[in-house]
Amino acid sequence: MISGFEIRDLAISRGGRSLFQGLNLRLEAGQACALTGRNGSGKTSLLRAVAGLLEPTRGDITFGALDPGEARRREIHLLGHADGLKAGQSAADELNFWITWSGGTQDAMARAVDRLEIRTLLDLEVRRLSAGQKRRLALARLLAAPRALWLLDEPLSPLDGVWRTRFGEIMAEHLKTGGMIIAAIHDPLPVPALALEIAP
Amino acid sequence: MSRAWILLKRETALAWGRGGGPLVSAGFYLGAATLLPLASGPEPARLAAVAPGVAWVTLALATLLGLDRLFERDFEDGALDLLTLAPLPLEFVCAVKCFGQWLATGLPLALAAPVTAIALGGSPALAPLVLVSALIGGLAFAFAGGIGAALSLGARRGGLLTAVIVLPLFTPPVIFGGGALDAFAGGLPWHAGFALLCAYTAAAVALGPIAMAAACRNALS
Repeated sequence: MISGFEIRDLAISRGGRSLFQGLNLRLEAGQACALTGRNGSGKTSLLRAVAGLLEPTRGDITFGALDPGEARRREIHLLGHADGLKAGQSAADELNFWITWSGGTQDAMARAVDRLEIRTLLDLEVRRLSAGQKRRLALARLLAAPRALWLLDEPLSPLDGVWRTRFGEIMAEHLKTGGMIIAAIHDPLPVPALALEIAP
Repeated sequence: MSRAWILLKRETALAWGRGGGPLVSAGFYLGAATLLPLASGPEPARLAAVAPGVAWVTLALATLLGLDRLFERDFEDGALDLLTLAPLPLEFVCAVKCFGQWLATGLPLALAAPVTAIALGGSPALAPLVLVSALIGGLAFAFAGGIGAALSLGARRGGLLTAVIVLPLFTPPVIFGGGALDAFAGGLPWHAGFALLCAYTAAAVALGPIAMAAACRNALS
C-alpha cells in the first residue's frame, strides 16, 4: 500500500511545447487532489506521467517508500477518457478480463456489479451501452481490484446526477480506507480535495 | 485464472474477429488454389513444381490479415494504457498478443497449407514438412509482423506502413522455408533451410517482444 505520494519540480513538454514546469504536489493517505486548468493545459499529461506512460521533462514522482515501477504495476488505477472496453465484446467478458487483469476477485466483482447496478447490462455487447453505462462498467474495475491511488480523468462527465452523487460516495469510501485520488476535473470534485491548477 | 491465460484467451478471441479464423484461412487458400491454375495453366507438372512455394507465400501474405490492428485498437480505446499497469511486463504482453494472433490465424493457416499444396499437385510425402514449416514459420510471421504493427502505431495509413515494415522481415523465413520445401521435393538435403527457419523463428520470438514493447511505449508517450 502506498503511504504517500509526491511530485517535485515536475515539468512536462508535448510536441516541443512546455505545458507546465515547477509543479509540486504532496498527498498523504486519505487525501484527494482536484486538478483544474484550461483545455490543453496538461492535466491528462500529468495523470499519464504519474501512471508512467509519459516521461516528464524534469522532476520526480515518488510513491512513498515503494519503487515507482512496482507502485505503477500494483497500486495505481487509471480511468481515462478511453475506458479500454472493446465494442464487440460482451460487457461481462470485458468486466471479467479487466478485473482479473487488475488483480480483483470474482467475489469482489459480484459486489461491484451490484453496487454499480450493471448486472442487467452484462449480457449486452459494449457497443450497445451508453457512455454513462460504460463508465460504470469501467468503475467496477476500481471497486473490485483495490489499488491505493486512483488517477481519474474527467470521471464524472458521462454520468448523470444520480451516479455523480453515488460516485462521490464511492470516492469518499476509498479515501476513508486510506486511498488517494488525483482527478482532472472541470466540475467540483464531490469529496474534499486539495486544489491544484495547471497553468503554464 | 492467471493474467497470462486470460490475456491469451482474450487476444485469441479478438484476433479471430480481426480477420482470423479457419474460414478466412480456408478462403484464402481456396482462392490461391483456384486462381493459380487459371493464371499459370493447368499442367499438373508445372503446378506440382510451384505448389509448396505457393502454399508458403500464401501463408506469409495471409498473416498480414488483421495484423495492422494488433495494437492499434488497444492504442485507440485506452486498453494499451491499462495493459501496462499490471505486474506483467509489457514485453510479455506483446508476446502473448502475438501468440494469440498466431493461434487465431497462423494455426488454421498452417493446417490448411498441406491441403493446398496437395490440391495443387504437390506430393503427399511433402505434407508433413509443409505443416511443420508452416507452424514454425507462422510464429515467425506473427512475431516479426508484431514489430511492424507496433512501429506503425498512431500513424496515418498504419496498415500500409505495417506492410512496408513487415515485408522485409518476412523475406528470410520465406526464403528458408521455401528453400527447405523445394529441397525436399527435389530429393536434396533440406535440413539446413529448415534449421535456419527454426533459428529465425526463435530470434523473432525472443527479440520481437522487446522491440514491440519499446515501440508501444514510444507511441503511448
